[in-house]
Amino acid sequence: MTLPERLPGHSSRGRLERVLRRGEFAVTAELNPPDSADPEEVYERAAIFEGWVDGINAVDASGANCHMSSVGICALLTRMGYAPIMQIACRDRNRIAIQGDVLGASAMGVSNILCLTGDGVQAGDQPGAKPVFDLDCMSLLETIRTMRDQSKFLSGRKLSAPPEVFLGAAINPFAPPYDFRPYRLAKKIAAGAQFVQSQYCFDVPMLKRYMDTVRALGLHEQCFILIGVGPMASARTARWMRANVPGVHIPDTIIARLEGAADQRAEGKRICIDIINEVKEIPGIAGIHVMAYRQEEYVAEIVHESGVLKGRRPWRREPAGDEDRLRERLDGLEHDAVERPTDRAAEAANVAPQR
Amino acid sequence: MSETDPSRRDAAAAGPSPGPGSRPRATGNAAAGAKAATGAYTPAAVSPNRRGQRRYTIRLWAVRHSRLLEWVYHRFAHAFLLLHPLWKAIGYARAEAPVTAVERRVKGVLFDCRMCGQCILSSTGMSCPMNCPKQLRNGPCGGVRANGNCEVEPDMPCVWVKAWEGSRQMAGGDAILAVQKPVNQSLRETSSWLRVTAAAAMARDDEKDAGGTR
Ligand code: SF4
Repeated sequence: MTLPERLPGHSSRGRLERVLRRGEFAVTAELNPPDSADPEEVYERAAIFEGWVDGINAVDASGANCHMSSVGICALLTRMGYAPIMQIACRDRNRIAIQGDVLGASAMGVSNILCLTGDGVQAGDQPGAKPVFDLDCMSLLETIRTMRDQSKFLSGRKLSAPPEVFLGAAINPFAPPYDFRPYRLAKKIAAGAQFVQSQYCFDVPMLKRYMDTVRALGLHEQCFILIGVGPMASARTARWMRANVPGVHIPDTIIARLEGAADQRAEGKRICIDIINEVKEIPGIAGIHVMAYRQEEYVAEIVHESGVLKGRRPWRREPAGDEDRLRERLDGLEHDAVERPTDRAAEAANVAPQR
Repeated sequence: MSETDPSRRDAAAAGPSPGPGSRPRATGNAAAGAKAATGAYTPAAVSPNRRGQRRYTIRLWAVRHSRLLEWVYHRFAHAFLLLHPLWKAIGYARAEAPVTAVERRVKGVLFDCRMCGQCILSSTGMSCPMNCPKQLRNGPCGGVRANGNCEVEPDMPCVWVKAWEGSRQMAGGDAILAVQKPVNQSLRETSSWLRVTAAAAMARDDEKDAGGTR
């Protein structure tokens, strides 16, 4: 059964919020969005994570590359009972489109929304596109929070039912200005962020310094912090990412370790697990976010070998709120006689249908 | 987080591959190599958001002297408020055009002002956030390069790295920690000075009224 109502003090009915608020170490993963109109591809990619993660991120044209939209992926995932985290990037849509998408996604059963600024269009496959950036991640958070808590649009127009969503944001402790970064997290919390997922972490000492300030400001008590991790397939990939993906910081030591290994793929996975083991000991960290681009089959292994779930098995299925209704309709349709469009046309022409 | 996606790896591998740990060349034209590979004409001095690349000397000077400019602005705003009777006599609507013209030029030279019409320079260390290619008004994006330059325009110092530096020198620098509302695009190309003055005058009058009736 789906939860008919939110638990007290919760903003959503979603699983991720419940896991985090219970104080469990959460695991989320990123779904590699297909370049396809085939729902099967989404289902296949989600099935790999089943039983291993508490939430699946549906990215919104990450890296400014075109893929299936995050709303579309979320619609498919909620249909199948997964718990998606819908990402919204401010790069491609203005406030009118975004607020509409939020309502639509929430109606589809999306319980988690991650608000991002988004990479610049120069980073992607369509550098000639018009960058929108009407809102920024901060005003986006505030907008959705207003919709949820005050049940109105940015313009003040009333909503008849607010979107019940758990709000997230992104952090990058690994980019300058380093001493501003913790305060930026404070701003995001003030704007409405309830959980944050970080950029790839390869530099644990740097993360520790960041977390020292975060704890000094008491921010870890106001928001759940999930740290981004992921395996590197090879030293070459790591170099490529460092040079070409905005905001990724990979220290030379990591690259040297990859290079020195006989099997670079296995070593990449090993490094990832080592980082998780270090990260989970840092006070104030509430979980990890695994980004295993094109190595999704490793997510289960990584989660298993690092032991972060402590034997807990994330729930497999989360029925959407309108499930009973959907089932009723499908049943009804099954028992109805098959209707031929020609019959209807004939009816309309006021001629008796020929049998 | 998925502001990342190495799916361009293949495309890059096909083109001239970057050296170990290399950053894109500092030409003011992001990913120039990739674009040139498409055969497009890509002059080095044009930025990806389609405006001429300017020099940043004066803008950076303004940030370095944010404390001074903050003081100057306070004096100036005060003087402008004293002129309120004049603006009222002329009519704020009629004063709009000439004041906007002056404002655009003065702030254009000093800050590379983009006339968003809702100036928040005093909350951003005197570094105009509309010069950020993503026009962020609440702090740096996650893509700032390790050398402090912009993700989108590799040879421009990130507007928000500078803003943070500038704000640290200002008396009211902590205003940078306040969450800013989204830009109201319908106020573009209007005078921020007049708007602020009108609002201040109204607040002052309200205060006076409240004091009088009590
Ligand atoms: S790096 Fe700085 S200037 Fe460039 S887009 Fe990001 S915040 Fe704006």
